[in-house]
Amino acid sequence: MDLSNLFKIAVRALVRNKMRAVLTMLGIIIGVGSVIAMLAIGQGSKQKIRDEMSSMGTNMIMIMPNYMRRGGVSLGASSSMALKYSDVAAIRNEAAAVAAVSPEVRSNNQVIFGNQNTQTTIYGVSEEYLAIRKLEISSGRIFTQAETRSMAKVCLLGRTVIENLFGKDSDPVGMTIRIKNLPFEVIGVLKGKGENGMGMDQDDLIIAPYTTVQRRLAAIDYINGIYASATSEAKSAVAIAEVEEILRRNHKLRESEEDDFRIMSQSELIETFSSISDVMTYLLGAIAGISLLVGGIGIMNIMFVSVTERTREIGLRMSIGGRGRDILRQFLVESMLLSIMGGTLGVIFGYIVAKVAGSVMNNPAIVTSHSVILAFAVCFAIGVFFGWYPAKKAAGLNPIEALRYE
Amino acid sequence: MDNTIIRITNLRKDYFVGEITVHALRGIDMEIKEGEFVAIMGTSGSGKSTMLNILGCLDTPSGGSYHLDSVDVSTMNRDELARLRNLKLGFVFQAYNLLPRTTALENVELPLFYNNRIKAKERRELAMNALESVGLADRLDHMPNQLSGGQQQRVAIARSLVNNPVLILADEPTGNLDTRTSFEIMELFQDLNSKGRTIVFVTHESDIARFATRNIVFRDGRIQREACLTERLLASEILKSLPVEDIELTQPK
Repeated sequence: MDLSNLFKIAVRALVRNKMRAVLTMLGIIIGVGSVIAMLAIGQGSKQKIRDEMSSMGTNMIMIMPNYMRRGGVSLGASSSMALKYSDVAAIRNEAAAVAAVSPEVRSNNQVIFGNQNTQTTIYGVSEEYLAIRKLEISSGRIFTQAETRSMAKVCLLGRTVIENLFGKDSDPVGMTIRIKNLPFEVIGVLKGKGENGMGMDQDDLIIAPYTTVQRRLAAIDYINGIYASATSEAKSAVAIAEVEEILRRNHKLRESEEDDFRIMSQSELIETFSSISDVMTYLLGAIAGISLLVGGIGIMNIMFVSVTERTREIGLRMSIGGRGRDILRQFLVESMLLSIMGGTLGVIFGYIVAKVAGSVMNNPAIVTSHSVILAFAVCFAIGVFFGWYPAKKAAGLNPIEALRYE
Repeated sequence: MDNTIIRITNLRKDYFVGEITVHALRGIDMEIKEGEFVAIMGTSGSGKSTMLNILGCLDTPSGGSYHLDSVDVSTMNRDELARLRNLKLGFVFQAYNLLPRTTALENVELPLFYNNRIKAKERRELAMNALESVGLADRLDHMPNQLSGGQQQRVAIARSLVNNPVLILADEPTGNLDTRTSFEIMELFQDLNSKGRTIVFVTHESDIARFATRNIVFRDGRIQREACLTERLLASEILKSLPVEDIELTQPK
């Protein structure tokens, strides 16, 4: 029997039990739909993170202390103290490919104004930090070098901190807030940046001179990190090499010793986040895939019903010359038709879900041709895989018994 | 080439039901020639159904040999038997076994779908001819549930004819029909037989068996008795002699 006739028989069998076919397909529709939607949302958020991080400047370089291990023994806290301000000074003086450099000292503190208080991170930096991190001042000013030298108690506030302490839309420049019981004058306000791709609030911060934070708040003599920017994106590899060379020399590391710091460029970070979101995407996809599997089992179930209620038909077809493989094909075509039709509707359903969810979550959903092809391939495989056993059962029937089946 | 369609020698069939062996057929010798119209009779358990299944190549014998149209069937595998059924045999069942919600024409076409050499156009023509020969040329597009029992059996007979088989096998073809319709079906069989068709059918009704040219009676897996009917009864004559009320009953005014 040729394919077009097998196809006709399958269509007729499905049309005969419309409701049943639709319900069976629903399993596949939901399965494929959720896989498509999950992959699309995952792809979309990955793209969003990439775009946002690129907007933060692709020539940014971050230097962090490396938590070293030697012979399996963690050197613990001492290695987190590896970076000193002298490293910043050395980079500023010696690295030709570095345009700007700033230390970063972080301190988590309670901040008080009047009867309001909030917990936030105070970043101790140099005035170049704003340019490197692409932060902007909406009112007021950045601190001066003189203020840095004198460990002046001045600070710039992010939007969220202002909202928490002063209320929305107020301008706190000139006011005095208390951090760790020390009075700090607000000299500037940072422009709002909103949430980043990971859902983190980028406005919940206070910026102060690194000397102030290091000595008065954190009471440490090292720094937590160094931010630098290369003169251009193309120069960023050169800048990284220079920084590494300078820091190794400054830290008096011998040839055999590993770096006690870690240099990350923004582009590297983008890759890291991309791969994290890839993992998340595939995880979500795999969970959605389970519902696809359940849909496949639904097909197998209904194919068994179909084979059983058409036992006499199978007997008849065999008696008039249908071979086992003809019967096998007939039922395989039917199950594949079910799964592929379900898959097609599922792709459409998934596309709509992705678009709706994307607009609700304010996150573009990207349906790739890749995922659509994958969905169809999986549906095809499901049709064959879950149709095979019932079809095999039909093909193996004894025609005499099948004809007598009541 | 002689004109023997079926040649069976010392044919046996055993079934194994648990530890018990059932000897369904205990050595059958039988020959059926082209153009014969044979009725196989017997009580239930006599082995007549088993015989028909083996004749129809739906079952394989446990011993002995079976030649159908000069081909040894006993050694064929499942697929070869299916092909043989497709090309050389026609089946008529007691319960018609038509595909539901499928037109008469498509039901008749069905055997030809399993023969790749026949193209769609030829398939349609052959099916139309077959339906015409059973007197249903005006019922091509009717579904089985729109046809009476007798008409459904006619469609089934057309289906058995469509591949131009060497042998038509019928299993209690009148078992589900009333007397009058039974005679009509036998009239059709006699008509086909007179045109040269070889027909073998199983029945337990002796008044239906009378229309055949030869009766073979089975008992306990053996042929008990065989008789050629010299005075052949014609179903068409009997139909004429049936009371007219019957017709009025089927067609109320």
